Amino acid sequence: MTSTHATNVQPKSVTVPQVGSDLRHCLTVVAALLVWLALVSPVQAEVTPQRAQTLLQALDTNDFDAKAEAAQAIAASDAAQKTRWLEALLDGRLARERRGERFYIITDDSGREWPIIDAITYEDAGTGSRRSVDAFRINNALRTQLQGLIASLSLGAGDEATRLDAAKRLIGEVDAQSVDAVTTQLDNEESSAVRAELETALALYRVEQGDVTALETLSGNLDTRVRNSLTTIANSDAPIAADAEEVLAGIENKRAWYERGQTLFFGLSAGSVLVLAAIGLAITFGVMGVINMAHGELIMLGAYTTWMIQQLLPGQPGLALLLAIPGGFLVAGAFGILIERSVIRFLKGRPLETLLATFGISLILQQLVRTVFSPLNRRVNSPDWLQGAWHLNEALSLTLNRLGVLIFCLVVFAALWALMRYTRLGLEVRAVTQNRAMARSMGVRAARVDMLTFGLGAGVAGLAGVALSQITNVGPNLGQSYIVDSFLVVVFGGVGNLWGTLVAGMSLGVINQVLQPWVGAVLAKVIVLIGVILFIQKRPQGLFAPKGRTS
Amino acid sequence: MNKISTTTALLLSMGIALPAAAQEDDTIRVGILHSLSGTMAISESTLKDEMLMLIEEQNEKGGLLGKKLEPVVMDPASDWSRYAEQARDMLTGDDQVDVIFGGWTSASRKAVLPVVEEENGLLFYPVQYEGEESSENIFYTGAAPNQQAIPAVDYLRSQGVERWALLGTDYVYPRTTNKILEAYLKDHGVADEDIMVNYTPFGFSNWQSIVSDVADFGSQGKKTAVVSTINGDANVPFYTELSNQGISASDIPVVAFSVGEQELSGIDTGPLVGHMAAWNYFMSVDSDANYDFIDNWVEFTGDDMAVTNDPMEAHYIGFNMWLEAVREAGTADVDAVKDSIIGVTVPNLSGGSSAMMPNHHITKPVMIGEIQDDGQFSVVWETSGNVAGDAWSDYLPESQNLISDWRAPLRCGKLNVESMTCEDGAGAE
Repeated sequence: MTSTHATNVQPKSVTVPQVGSDLRHCLTVVAALLVWLALVSPVQAEVTPQRAQTLLQALDTNDFDAKAEAAQAIAASDAAQKTRWLEALLDGRLARERRGERFYIITDDSGREWPIIDAITYEDAGTGSRRSVDAFRINNALRTQLQGLIASLSLGAGDEATRLDAAKRLIGEVDAQSVDAVTTQLDNEESSAVRAELETALALYRVEQGDVTALETLSGNLDTRVRNSLTTIANSDAPIAADAEEVLAGIENKRAWYERGQTLFFGLSAGSVLVLAAIGLAITFGVMGVINMAHGELIMLGAYTTWMIQQLLPGQPGLALLLAIPGGFLVAGAFGILIERSVIRFLKGRPLETLLATFGISLILQQLVRTVFSPLNRRVNSPDWLQGAWHLNEALSLTLNRLGVLIFCLVVFAALWALMRYTRLGLEVRAVTQNRAMARSMGVRAARVDMLTFGLGAGVAGLAGVALSQITNVGPNLGQSYIVDSFLVVVFGGVGNLWGTLVAGMSLGVINQVLQPWVGAVLAKVIVLIGVILFIQKRPQGLFAPKGRTS
Repeated sequence: MNKISTTTALLLSMGIALPAAAQEDDTIRVGILHSLSGTMAISESTLKDEMLMLIEEQNEKGGLLGKKLEPVVMDPASDWSRYAEQARDMLTGDDQVDVIFGGWTSASRKAVLPVVEEENGLLFYPVQYEGEESSENIFYTGAAPNQQAIPAVDYLRSQGVERWALLGTDYVYPRTTNKILEAYLKDHGVADEDIMVNYTPFGFSNWQSIVSDVADFGSQGKKTAVVSTINGDANVPFYTELSNQGISASDIPVVAFSVGEQELSGIDTGPLVGHMAAWNYFMSVDSDANYDFIDNWVEFTGDDMAVTNDPMEAHYIGFNMWLEAVREAGTADVDAVKDSIIGVTVPNLSGGSSAMMPNHHITKPVMIGEIQDDGQFSVVWETSGNVAGDAWSDYLPESQNLISDWRAPLRCGKLNVESMTCEDGAGAE
């Protein structure tokens, strides 16, 4: 029941066995052909409508190999429309009339009725739907090929980014037929980034031909295709195997360092999420001693605030996210003050009752969100500057949303620390925490300080929610997944100590990420939990013992 | 309702037997047991609406055996034990139903199984599952592993994939499916070091190091694919991480067994184009039956962007099979329908037709679809004909000799063909 895609295998001209499937070899030929074409015949002439029709008709098949050949024929033809056809085919917007011979380009495929134009003349052809036009389908292999074809068509032309993309595709694809064309291309190229890629592509080809001198160019290159080719050569009995192995060892060594750097980044970013979630709790639980089980729901409220502001500002996720920072703080802070005024202040000094009461509040808040919004998750969009990754090199790239959360966490921590250290409120909070009776006798209004402190802790939880909306699902259960971790971090770090929370959160994050590849996500969490329990047995006051604490 | 139940209670307490009053009036009751709240509501509430639509359509056509169909809807709220309670309510309460359509997770099915067996009810279960189970009272209209997982792996093998990362959520369906896949791949000469297995908890969101591991696993020179049995909302951060780390379908394709049109409607699919899903139906399937079904569904929901998916097709097939079986038997009586439904063939939505097999699984085509940037799938491969569902996997040593056949005189769900003994009717546990 499997349809095997037979591709003809051509004898390979290289002396060293090369890793790669039949498909890849096929692409090599195509790439070479097109590089040559792009250089030799950049001027395109009109083709007759009959010829255009024939070219498009060849695409009308269910066999993806035949479709690939048809696409190749189009790219090699003189048709002026060829780039637009290939792009439309890539987007799934090149279509055939169901009962007829005409071909269309769908200009907008949202909704159920699409505006279409004639693929050959570009004349307006009204609208079509799935019942009247049939869009050509492509699969992954064909998609890769089309991207290559379109990139190759613009290798000689195009802007720098397109040329760079095309040049990158050439690595490992250069062969005897295309080597001259690529060399010419290298001579004409001005951009140093594109030159570097072309040089790598040429060097790899020469190395595969057994040229030792070219090995030097590849030294320290982190591209996986270079590494894979060198691995194959090093394991073969080619005369340059030993030299290749030496270069390869250098590459592997360099990679290992970058990989450690990446694990550290993953750990710190996972840790920053923990710190953000826990730092509000470090204030309410650590400083005030209130066991607030509704802390997670305050985080959730911050996340929902982000979603609501995004609904109010459609199309501007970046602005909405920035506005959500004060917004989330105020909303969660207001709820915090409400909880403190209405419940917690009446339960002062009765931790068990506080725990039960705040647990009840957490259930109420969850149900409130379910009723007001819906039990379904809400989608919070990420602005462009939080999508994708920052590519430092081939081996190390930092995802931007995680990097954003890490920076945000450090900023929030610094602000909070400064607040506690340098402001009057901070001074009063510390005074009330250390000795409530003495502080009151010095004229500090302890009740007001309690209220503001709890509001501050809740507001910071709201900030955590804003950040979490960028990396996890926003739903009624969001808070539940963070409440246990938050308590863990605060207890591990040392109750009542902001620095402890930071160090504890970051180290738990790193330990978790280091363990995860070995033992899996579930077991890593279990090991961390057991580790913290054992640590607390040995050192009940946590990592950083607060000095002068009486209890 | 309250009045009636008080009367019933009164009569019962007086020891007067009700002569099956519920079944002899002029309605046939159809139970709908799907979660309308809690974590599964995202998927299951759609199926409730679909059943209401199918029942409404059938009533417009004149009902069944001259009687009206009456839906009985309950909300088990994503709580597995409540599925069992409510199934019992449906089968023994005042609204005694003749058939139940319901369930989504394997946990919910396992909870209902003993109830429908004890009370002799009928359950149509519409979701792909791990197999290794056969019940006289359950009809599995979703895919068994050989109707989804195995063909998907075959397709990837035909595309040159040699290394396999099996990622799943940590519960019974992914674990059993991955066990079958591992056995299958090793049978086909895949070495141990070319298989990577990883499980994560429900609702997991910290994907960065796992995705980076997969990228590393896939950059060793052999074509690599991810087979994903990740379930529920953990998929959203998983796919986001994939696109953030720049892993496209041409580098490492992901084929998912639990991601359909419904799940994709919450994600920006632009960076995911080319990643795959294996199902027995896609909304994009090119057939008039499908276009009509979509038109009706859009009209019924009043939502121009409403999507259809594979479990919806399973209910469509299951409901029509049940109608046909009742017509054939001339009664909605459970025992009669159980016998008459085997062999019933009805049209499916992909242009062919599906038949109920003696093992209570159905035949249907298997399709691989690639994600498009509009959130739909484009079918890139399908089996040339129907594949019959296999209750007991041929690739696991403990079940390779087992078959299920509920026809008389065998009537056995777990028949060992070597010793020709019936081991047990119920599930594997």
